[in-house]
Amino acid sequence: MMESLAYPAGESLKEAPVGATPYDEMYLKEGAGRAHYLRYAQWLEDQPAERLAQKRAEADALFHRVGITFAVYGQEEGAERLIPFDIVPRVLPREEWIRLEAGLKQRVRALNAFIHDIYHDQQILKAGVIPAEQVLCNSQYRPEMQGVDVPGGIYAHIAGIDIVRDTSGEFKVLEDNLRVPSGVSYMLENRKMMMRLFPELFSAHRVAPVEHYPDVLLDNLRSVAPTGVADPTVVLLTAGAHNSAYFEHAFLAQQMGIELVEGQDLFVRDEAVFMRTTQGPQRVDVIYRRIDDDFMDPLVFRPDSMLGVPGLLTAYRAGHITIANAIGTGVADDKSIYPYVPEMIRFYLGQSPIIGNVHTWMLRKLEDRDYVLAHLPELVVKEVHGAGGYGMLIGPAATKREIEDFRRQIIATPERYIAQPTLALSTCPTFAESGLAPRHIDLRPFVLSGSEVSIVPGGLTRVALVEGSLVVNSSQGGGTKDTWVLETPEPVS
Amino acid sequence: MLSRTADHLYWMSRYVERAESLARLVDAHYKMSLLPHSPETLAESLCATMKALHMEQPYKERHASIEPRAVFEFVSLDRDYSGSIYSCLRRARENARAVRGSLTSELWETLNSTWLDARSQVARRASQIDIGQFVEWVKERSHLTRGVTIGTMMRDEAFHFTRIGTFLERADSTARILTAHQGDLEPGADAGVVPDPYQWSVLLRALSAFEVYRRVYRDVITPSRVAQLLILRDDMPRSLLRCCKEVYGNLRSVANEQSAETERRAGEMHAMLHFARMEEITAGGLPQFLKQFLDKLQDLGSRIASDFLVPPAEA
Repeated sequence: MMESLAYPAGESLKEAPVGATPYDEMYLKEGAGRAHYLRYAQWLEDQPAERLAQKRAEADALFHRVGITFAVYGQEEGAERLIPFDIVPRVLPREEWIRLEAGLKQRVRALNAFIHDIYHDQQILKAGVIPAEQVLCNSQYRPEMQGVDVPGGIYAHIAGIDIVRDTSGEFKVLEDNLRVPSGVSYMLENRKMMMRLFPELFSAHRVAPVEHYPDVLLDNLRSVAPTGVADPTVVLLTAGAHNSAYFEHAFLAQQMGIELVEGQDLFVRDEAVFMRTTQGPQRVDVIYRRIDDDFMDPLVFRPDSMLGVPGLLTAYRAGHITIANAIGTGVADDKSIYPYVPEMIRFYLGQSPIIGNVHTWMLRKLEDRDYVLAHLPELVVKEVHGAGGYGMLIGPAATKREIEDFRRQIIATPERYIAQPTLALSTCPTFAESGLAPRHIDLRPFVLSGSEVSIVPGGLTRVALVEGSLVVNSSQGGGTKDTWVLETPEPVS
Repeated sequence: MLSRTADHLYWMSRYVERAESLARLVDAHYKMSLLPHSPETLAESLCATMKALHMEQPYKERHASIEPRAVFEFVSLDRDYSGSIYSCLRRARENARAVRGSLTSELWETLNSTWLDARSQVARRASQIDIGQFVEWVKERSHLTRGVTIGTMMRDEAFHFTRIGTFLERADSTARILTAHQGDLEPGADAGVVPDPYQWSVLLRALSAFEVYRRVYRDVITPSRVAQLLILRDDMPRSLLRCCKEVYGNLRSVANEQSAETERRAGEMHAMLHFARMEEITAGGLPQFLKQFLDKLQDLGSRIASDFLVPPAEA
C-alpha cells in the first residue's frame, strides 16, 4: 500500500552520480514516507491531479502579476523570467533544524572572527593554521581594510550558507556566501504563495514562520550603525532595475520601509554619506549594499564603475558609515579558503565543527593534484573564484573533451581550482513534465549577525529541475521550493 | 523622499495620463470614422491633431499618407515609436518598476498587469486588433490606475508627485487638443459658418465633455461656450483651470527651500485662469493664448525637475 505514495513507475532517480543512492527527503527506501512527511505525503496522494495542475498554473500567473521575476542578461530589453516554483515543500523536522541552526551560527561566528583577525593581527596566519600567501595574495583580500574597525567587529552581517545532504543523510556545508548573498525574497514569497494556494496544509502542520525576516534584518542593520547614532538611517544600495536580483532589492527595501538607493542617489561630503532627496541632502548611516566590492567606490576600486559612490571608502574608514556586508568579506568565502573553515572554528571558538565540509582537494598541493588528475571523470572541479555554477566541471556528466580541457587548465594554473567528490545531493519529489519525480536539492539558510546571531527557521531550497542535474542555480535552470521547519517533533495522525 | 524616486513617480503618472489622452483621441476619431460623413473632415481633424501633438513628422517617416486606420495603428500600437500608447504603457511600467518599493503593491500590480496585457494584445498582427476595443481598454486601465492610486496611496510626497505628473500632463493634453481645434473656436466662428458638428463631438468626447456640455448649457453648441468649458471652468476635471489648480495645490504640499519661485509661477498660472474672462482671452487671439500656456507649462515642468527631481550635482 505504502508504495503508492512514492513515485510513478520509472520515475525513481536513474543515475545516482557515484553508485550510491541519493537520500530522498520524503520517502524511505521501501517507499514509505518519512515520519515528518507522513501527513503531507498522505495529503498529496489525496489530491486530484487536476487540482494540483490548476494550482501550479495559478502560482505562475501570480508570480507574473506580482513581478517576482529576475532580469536576464544579454537578452532583449525588459526580458524577465520567472524562477520556476515547485509546489511540493521541502520539510525539515525540528530536531534536524536545531542541530543545523547551532552549526550555522557556530560557522558564521568563526567566519566573522576570521575576517576581523585577517584585517587586524592575523593571528591565524602567524599560528600557521592557514598559509599566509593563501590569504594575502588572494584577489579578494582588501588591503584598504587593514586596521579598519567596523561596529561590533561584524563583517558578514548577512551570510547565505549552502547546505547539502549526502547519501548517508548527513548535512554538509557546500559553500559560504558572505558577499551579497541573494534569494531570501524567494524564501518569503514562496511561503506566501504556499499559504495562498494550500491554506489547509498550514492548519494541518505547525510550520515555523519566516515572515518576520525583514524585521530581524532591519534590527540587525540598525544595531551595527556607527557609534553615537541614536536613530540610524538605513538604505539599501542596488545596481538598479536591470540587475538580475532587482526584485529582491525592491522587495526588501519595501518590507523594511527603507529607501532603495542607487549610487547616483548618494554622495560624500566631509567624510559623511548623504542621499539626494526632494527636501535636500539627508544623512545616511548604514548601507545594506547589494553590489560587489569592486563597484562600491570608483576612487578606490574599479574607476569605470557608475554604480558606486565616489569617496565612500573615505567615509567608511573614518567610521562615519556602516557598510553591510563589510568591504573585504570575500577573503573568507573564497573556494580556496573554504577548506580551512573547520580549522577556523577550532582556532577561534575552541569547538569542533557541528556541520562538516565536503571533502575538498586543493589543486595547488601536489599530492591532491595528482589524485584529482587521475580521477577527473568522477570529480567536480570548481574554479576558486567562480560563482553561479559557471567555471565548473562535473566529471560524470562531462564529455571527454571537456575533461581534457579542464586537465590542461588545471596543469597550467592549479591554484585556480579545487575539486570535490561528485555528491549525490539529496532529492525531493518535484513536479516534472512526466509527473512527480525526485530532483536534487540544496538549502540556503540566511544567517544574520548584529548584536546577536539569528536565523529565520528554514531558508531557500533550490531544486535542479533537469533530471539527474546537480546544478541548482537559478541562472542555470534551477527552481525553488518552500522550506518548512516543523515546530512539533512529528505530526500526530 | 529620494529625488530619483520622485522623478520616477512623476513620469510614471505622466505616461499613464498620456496613454489615456491618446486613447481618448483615437477613440473619438475612431467613432467618427464609423459615422456617415465626408472623409475629408476626418482626415482634416486627424491632421490637425497629429500636428498639435508633434506626431506628424514621425508618422510621415513611416507612412506615405494620412489614412485613418494607419494613424490609429501608429498612435495606439506602434512598438518602435516612443510616443505611441503602447510605448507610454511600457514606460509607465518601467518607471513604476524602478520604484516599485515606493508604490502600494496594488498600484504596482495594476501597472504591471496593464503592461503584460498590452504586450500580449499587441503581439498579434496589427490588422487583427480591434482598435476601438483596445483604446476602450486603455481608458479603463487608466481609470483603474487612478482609482488605485487615490484609494491606496498615503497622502505623502510620493502621492503629491504622482498627482503633479498627472495634472501637468493633462493640462498639456487639453491645451493641445484645443490647439488642434483653435480655428473653430475663434470668436468670429459664433456668428459665421457653423462648424462641422462632427468636429465638436470629437473635441468634446475626447475630453469627456460632451454630456457635461449638455448638462451645463442645455443649449446648442457654440465655440465660445466650448472654450469656456474647457479652459475656465473650475468644476470640469480636464479644463486648464482645474489642472492648474491641482498642480499648484500639490506643489505647495511638497515645497522645499529652493522651490519658492516655481510655486509662485504655478500660482500665477492658476490665478490668471481663475480670474480670466473668455472675452479677454479671445481678444488677444486664442492661438496666441494656447501657445503661451504651453510654453509656461513647459517652463513649470523643467523648474519642477531641477527643484525636486534631478537636482544639480552637489558641490
